[in-house]
Amino acid sequence: MPTNVVMPQMGESIAEGTVVRWVKKVGDHVDRDEPLFEISTDKVDAEIPSPAAGFLAEIRAKEGETVAVNEVVAIIADAPGASPAAAAPAASAASPAPPAAQKAAAAASAVPPPVPPAAAAAAPLSGDEWRRQKSSPVVRRIAAEHGVDITRIEGSGAGGRVTKQDILGFMEEKAPAAAAGAAPAARAAGDEVVPMTVMRRRIAEHMIASRRTSAHVHSVFEVDFSRVSKLRDAKKADYERAGAKLTYLPFIVKAVVAGLRAVPVANTSIDGDNVVYHKDINIGIAVALDWGLIVPVVKQADEKSLLGLARAMQDLADRARNKQLKPDEVQGGTFTITNPGVYGALLGMAIINQPQVAILGIGAIEKRAVVVDDAIAIRPMAYLTLGYDHRLIDGAVADQFMSVVKKQIETFDPAGL
Amino acid sequence: MRDLEVRRLGRVPYADAAELQRALVEERRAGRVGDVLLLLEHPHVITLGARGDAARSHLIATPQQLAELGVELSETGRGGDITYHGPGQLVAYPILDLKPDRADVYNYVRNLEQVMISVSARFGVAAGRIEGLTGAWVGGSKIGAIGIRISRWIASHGFAYNVNTDLDYFSLIVPCGIRDRGVTSLARELGDVVRMTDVEDAVIDAFRAVVQAT
Repeated sequence: MPTNVVMPQMGESIAEGTVVRWVKKVGDHVDRDEPLFEISTDKVDAEIPSPAAGFLAEIRAKEGETVAVNEVVAIIADAPGASPAAAAPAASAASPAPPAAQKAAAAASAVPPPVPPAAAAAAPLSGDEWRRQKSSPVVRRIAAEHGVDITRIEGSGAGGRVTKQDILGFMEEKAPAAAAGAAPAARAAGDEVVPMTVMRRRIAEHMIASRRTSAHVHSVFEVDFSRVSKLRDAKKADYERAGAKLTYLPFIVKAVVAGLRAVPVANTSIDGDNVVYHKDINIGIAVALDWGLIVPVVKQADEKSLLGLARAMQDLADRARNKQLKPDEVQGGTFTITNPGVYGALLGMAIINQPQVAILGIGAIEKRAVVVDDAIAIRPMAYLTLGYDHRLIDGAVADQFMSVVKKQIETFDPAGL
Repeated sequence: MRDLEVRRLGRVPYADAAELQRALVEERRAGRVGDVLLLLEHPHVITLGARGDAARSHLIATPQQLAELGVELSETGRGGDITYHGPGQLVAYPILDLKPDRADVYNYVRNLEQVMISVSARFGVAAGRIEGLTGAWVGGSKIGAIGIRISRWIASHGFAYNVNTDLDYFSLIVPCGIRDRGVTSLARELGDVVRMTDVEDAVIDAFRAVVQAT
């Protein structure tokens, strides 16, 4: 049986490790306890021995990659050449299929492959022969058209024969599963295949992990930006003289800080069965890049003035675009703000930035006709959407947070501008 | 208290010490020796951790400058970034079997920090930790650095503690890749040179009390 090699736990409080070097290459033979790879955590480099003897069939964590403890980093197979690519499902009896292929096969066959009673006594028939003998031309045509393996279908017809109804039912059942699973993307002639960048892969992993982790709920509030708009117009020139661009964002950060102070549970992380209330309010600001997305963090945003916030955000955004952020500057966020409105979105249902528990999406701020004191007025309005983790934050609490944010923006205190 | 064999080796070239450690790791694994603590000084040498490329970018001096100053450059298998060793710096290389009950590298690193903090305290210097920055710190300056290698839970390499180190040599590198912090030594903090053997005695006591206590 193939053996999974996992990132070892080098200490109780250590959650991840970085693969520094693979001592063995794919295809190499390795003895049990022979050094297989080297990892580093903190100031410690460790040489990790192979958990089993065999052949290194697959490396899943490349050099330089940081992975969580217990994540599979490699697979040791019994025989050389038993690489996952080579292990065709049909031939899997000969060479042990790696876990990934096994899993895929298991997912694809909720119905166990049938063994026709007649075939049990005689020599086992190949898939093709079985297909020919037991299914009608119509069924075979449908199977060919839709790429369905008839041997995977339990036949209800005479002698386990797969009927037209069986195959249609099978396809209906499988369709959603196939769409959700790792169905290979269709490729037409002329399509270009481009490997994902490291950043793209990270974003992909991060987003999926967040969807799996948090119970996402979204709550939308409409906010009147009249007051902030006036203050901004009045102060814009002063700020420019001080070398800072005054956008709406620093005002929103100020309001969010007030919201987080009033509703501290929005400034937390979940750690197992515990809730970690963060002392600092570190606001991540999602910055769109031509090549992806990054979330630099304004540390201790609660201690900064509006000017300080404006400067810090401008600086972080500039350096994000020039690839000059230090690792420390994208870590330690306790709450994130994302701004789909700059591209015109009315509102954005953002995915929570783990391990945080809430994220605020700012929609476009634009003039709308609204009812004020029973009259129709023109006001700069925006939809603010809070995405929150319902594991921890209930709807009423989220709305309490949002009403503080809304009130802060609508009645913004000009002291300290 | 666990046994500890202490070897005071005086000044040892980096490569020789590395070879001795390799041999001792094998001996320790085979059970032919118990836990060993090597105490020594290195001639001037700049060493790069296992993540060599990142470490190399933290080397400021050119090869010519290093040659003129008589400073060697050496790649190592320890953890950590770049560092400088030289006369006046006490280097401690514990060769320990951390299995079965000390198999936690986080705790081990914190313990080595504690040894350096205890030694500093014994000479009246208040050293401490800075979260996220491994080592022993006096104010914002590093007095002792850590770099460890673990092979099947046998630990080697260890820490380097500045006693009478000529700190000017650190200007050849960005110590441990940390730009905005300085380095210091026991002598600088006290305004006087300290006898190396006294510091060795203090390290042995602290090591027994902290690392070998349980």
